[in-house]
Amino acid sequence: MKAADAIVKCLQKENVEVVFGYPGGAVLPLYDALRNNGMVRHILVRHEQAAVHSASGYARTTGSVGVAIGTSGPGATNLITGIATAYMDSIPLVIITGQVRTDLMGRDVFQEVDITGATEPFIKHSYLVRNAQQLPRIMKEAFHIASTGRPGPVLIDIPVDIQNTRIEFNQPDELQIRGYKPTFEGHVGQIKRALRKLRHSKKPLICVGGGILHAKATKELAGFALKARIPVVHTLMGIGAMGVDHPYYFGMIGSHGFAHANRGVGQADLLVVIGARVADRATAGSGIFAKNAEIIHIDIDPAEIGKNLGTLIPVVGDAKHILQQLSDGIEPLETEEWVAELASIRDRVHTEIHNKPGFVNPKQVLRDLGEVVDDQAVVTADVGQNQLWAARNFPMQGDRKLLMSGGLGTMGYSLPAAVGAKVAAPDRQVVAIVGDGGFQMSMFELGTIAQNRLAIVILLFNNSRLGMVRELQDRGYGETFGIDITDGNPDFIALVQAYGFQGVQVTNTKDFSASMRVALESGKPYLVECIVDAKESTL
Amino acid sequence: MDRHVISVLVENHSGVLSRISGLFSRRGYNIDSLSVGETEDASISRMTIVVRGDSYILEQIKKQLNKLVDVIKIVSLAPEASVYRELVLVKVEAGEKTRASITGIVNIFRANIIDVSPSTLTVEITGDQSKLQAFIELMQPYGIKELVRTGLTALQRGDQQISQVGQ
Repeated sequence: MKAADAIVKCLQKENVEVVFGYPGGAVLPLYDALRNNGMVRHILVRHEQAAVHSASGYARTTGSVGVAIGTSGPGATNLITGIATAYMDSIPLVIITGQVRTDLMGRDVFQEVDITGATEPFIKHSYLVRNAQQLPRIMKEAFHIASTGRPGPVLIDIPVDIQNTRIEFNQPDELQIRGYKPTFEGHVGQIKRALRKLRHSKKPLICVGGGILHAKATKELAGFALKARIPVVHTLMGIGAMGVDHPYYFGMIGSHGFAHANRGVGQADLLVVIGARVADRATAGSGIFAKNAEIIHIDIDPAEIGKNLGTLIPVVGDAKHILQQLSDGIEPLETEEWVAELASIRDRVHTEIHNKPGFVNPKQVLRDLGEVVDDQAVVTADVGQNQLWAARNFPMQGDRKLLMSGGLGTMGYSLPAAVGAKVAAPDRQVVAIVGDGGFQMSMFELGTIAQNRLAIVILLFNNSRLGMVRELQDRGYGETFGIDITDGNPDFIALVQAYGFQGVQVTNTKDFSASMRVALESGKPYLVECIVDAKESTL
Repeated sequence: MDRHVISVLVENHSGVLSRISGLFSRRGYNIDSLSVGETEDASISRMTIVVRGDSYILEQIKKQLNKLVDVIKIVSLAPEASVYRELVLVKVEAGEKTRASITGIVNIFRANIIDVSPSTLTVEITGDQSKLQAFIELMQPYGIKELVRTGLTALQRGDQQISQVGQ
């Protein structure tokens, strides 16, 4: 068969139902194979960056590998921000790019770019296929590498002549990748040491990150915290690792987290970090993070242990597995006093919400959104104030998901990620939270939403500002000057109407819930534009 | 900062060297030298990398290298348990008056003269870094016209092989 057909066959073997992509000269054999096969749905995005973000939203909603396709040259370079975004947040993706003919490579021909070289700093692994016969094995390896260990994006760059080569379809049953053997089970001795430390701790605290979600370990985390009676805080990427209604849930840490959660970390005598790299935003940039605590660090990626935090007991392995082992080995700890101490901190510091006439208070709106959507809702957020308003105020419970770009902080993520989520789960409510800045960075995806009739509700917070940057400018550099988009904003309602969507503008907090319900029940793409005071703060 | 010699087994195909050198540059690790070549197994190359850094940096380097799918194995080669060698070629000015004394030094160091011209000698010398340094300093007064070095390469002492060493 043709190598291009083999690619599609491999996609089917990996149970890929949907790919997000944009065609071009160097991937036409693959597109022809997709068309002939007809079993793999192709979602045409309007920009390659969105293909990767959509694949990311798809992967995070289904828990499987997302697939994005782009052509050579500019198609490939447009994928880059999406790839870096996925890499920073450990999202399992396979990205397929077309490449110019092998005999032309290296000559700077039309639409040639070294995409394996360009993506090398922020990709889990990449392949430049020079031998068509190896394609089936490479495809299998790529899916395996993307989805196991610490997940991440894997790129396969395939020259157009390779796609057209006839091959024998041979795929090994067992993969032998001698340089890739992620540790899955936690070391028994280390787990015993961790348990011993836990037993002697007076003020233990668990701090979780996105690793809990990747390991599908939310149940094990909830069970362990409940059995051992240990409070849990989380990083931004750890949102959703534990429901806010869990008795031991204690909130989000970090520079944009909650003061009570940060103080809890400061007072703990033992911190169990699970699936978090605990970078600068989580430690609020302070050198005194967990200053009173000894640290047990559990991560599937050994390179994260000891990188940002000095660690007493490292445990390398899968969070789900290790949490189960810890759960089996622990007896309930006497933490009543400690839990009461934390509760008293939480009660002292809480955020007041003020309503201003003519404006919607985004913090209240996001709490209200929690009442309106169901427990299966997938919410995406962009970057900036809208993201942190959502992170701090949208209540995570049930099977809700909140997807955003945590590590790279990529504006324009929300809308295409929502596309991926809705394609993955047409029956779930999908709400894309955006600011007026980030919305305009991915606005072209309205076309994808329209074409595929995706009933996504876009929740736009319009403060006519690049709000978070403006806030930093005002505080750090004085209020004399800021880059604003005040006069450049379009009429957003008219804009979505041009794509055939409905839209409503909300200027009063108390009107929000009713408008949101109408939008969700319409079963169609819908814009809910909330007018927000430009002075509204992030925290 | 301490000097460390690490030996890395990698897949022998294109792009691997750039992945490894890219990792060092973007994470700000200092490389003194890097030498690479095929091993007894043609599908595997072995790199000898000399780096500077404290124990934190060394641990990070090893862990980050290990994350690369093309990296098969990494070991640190401690000076007391390893043999280090480097090869240097020196083209030194050598007229009729100085040729004999240069040849004398070359013999003492068990180096080899591998090329001669009316005005120069090209010397090949192998050894550990202190020997090479001493030789280069002795050549300097004659006038070194060109010098090239391979970078350090190393193996564990005794019968131990890299494939048998725990990481």
